[in-house]
Amino acid sequence: MSRVGEALAGLDALELRASADGSAQALDARAKVGVTLLFTVAVASFPAGAVSPLLPFVAFPAALAAAGRVPFREVARRLLLALPFVLLVALPAPFLDRTPLPGALPGVTAGWATFVSVLLRFALTASAALALVATTGLIGVAAALGALGVPRPLVTQVVLLSRSLSVLGAEAERMERARDLRSSGRRGRELKRAGSFLGTLLLRSWERAERIHRALLARGFTGSFPAPRPGRMGGREALFVLGWCGAFVLFRLADVPSLLGRLLVGGLG
Amino acid sequence: MSHHLVAAEGLRYRYPDGTPALAGVSFRIVHGESVALVGASGAGKSTLLLLLAGSLLPQEGRVLIGDFPVTPSTLPAVRRSVGLVFQDPDDQLFCPTVADDVAFGPRNLGVPEEAVAERVRTALAKVGAEALAKRPPHRLSAGEKRRAALATVLSMDPGVLVLDEPSSGLDPRGRRQLIAILTAFTHTKVVATHDLELALETCARTIVLSKGTVRADGPTAELMRDDALLEEAGLERPASLRRCPACGEGA
Repeated sequence: MSRVGEALAGLDALELRASADGSAQALDARAKVGVTLLFTVAVASFPAGAVSPLLPFVAFPAALAAAGRVPFREVARRLLLALPFVLLVALPAPFLDRTPLPGALPGVTAGWATFVSVLLRFALTASAALALVATTGLIGVAAALGALGVPRPLVTQVVLLSRSLSVLGAEAERMERARDLRSSGRRGRELKRAGSFLGTLLLRSWERAERIHRALLARGFTGSFPAPRPGRMGGREALFVLGWCGAFVLFRLADVPSLLGRLLVGGLG
Repeated sequence: MSHHLVAAEGLRYRYPDGTPALAGVSFRIVHGESVALVGASGAGKSTLLLLLAGSLLPQEGRVLIGDFPVTPSTLPAVRRSVGLVFQDPDDQLFCPTVADDVAFGPRNLGVPEEAVAERVRTALAKVGAEALAKRPPHRLSAGEKRRAALATVLSMDPGVLVLDEPSSGLDPRGRRQLIAILTAFTHTKVVATHDLELALETCARTIVLSKGTVRADGPTAELMRDDALLEEAGLERPASLRRCPACGEGA
């Protein structure tokens, strides 16, 4: 399989999990999307150098992924893919902020705390988003956003994007295969050819998009996707939302790790 | 009047890059007729189908569906009564599951949710694809995709079924199933195809397009024996109408 094909299959595998059986999959999408949004806000609301108060938040993505039977490896692999971009954002911090941290080991500055904090927040929020997609599917997420009051045009964009990704990927995979078969041993991936490859890909996907649009119109598409069957917000959903909101408030207001630490030390002493 | 009537009057269409596609096409198809649209590649078949379904609007002449001319204001009614099945099922299948895709059209028409479920079941049963309901469309085989694509249109309960190259990419069994499905559809049908055997089996009437004009219009069995006409239109006599190469009988 080509590299584009592999990436495509990986994306597909994550989406496919959404239709598997699992207690997280059975929850209404609105509850999951709502809680994930609150989770993101809570994680983002800590001051720049916060590290240890963030740790308890691992519970949410871990629990969601476990309840959806999403293997840790699948989430970790995707986190690694995005890591270089986050490093680019976080790396300057240790060089710019050299204020020593009180009570820390020598050499550990506020900049390093910020660096670790940024990486941790990225790992937390991205893994929560991946667990959400793996247990709900992009279409489910889009439908939930619509039900939660996000404007229809935005929701339609998400739906079209999710479908176009696989369409674009399939087109790129075919072109890549055709090129590899005719590059007689050489990889054929020279930079100068990349331009024409991308140009052709753009034109081809454009034509493809036109045909898809026509097919949508022929079936009465009027610019927004019809709302799918509304799910049921029952007792399980209420418990899920209230339970996690309570936990986030607790994690945000009380520094749980140091509390635990003090308890432990106090108990020993 | 019948909303199953399809008529073209002096249709002309030229693509934005100047390529002429249709140069004055006229015909009239009445309720319940099955018509094959045949012609060499580039004869204008696909363009004609897009015009019939209102996906393109004619630059000259007009298309009538029922008694309405196809215009921007009649498009919603036209789309309700004309079901267009695209050549590439991948262009047509868009949703995460086959069932969602089959439900897409009826939901757009505002059909209530319980009735949508019923329509999805009926449409999938018509094409023998009940087992595919929960599968993601892009993971189906070519034959399964084709049947799913047909179901997405049948669920809208169209009065006129318009198909572009329905047998391309199908294996013999898939093609056989398709012919059975098409024969069972009793409303008006327009089938653009290179597969003259399929035309012979499913359509009583054939319109031969050549260079954007109607070259011939008549009973399929008769036109398919006219070698001079077929040759001129870039086609050839279907095998079932040729003499048997072994014993010399038939035709």
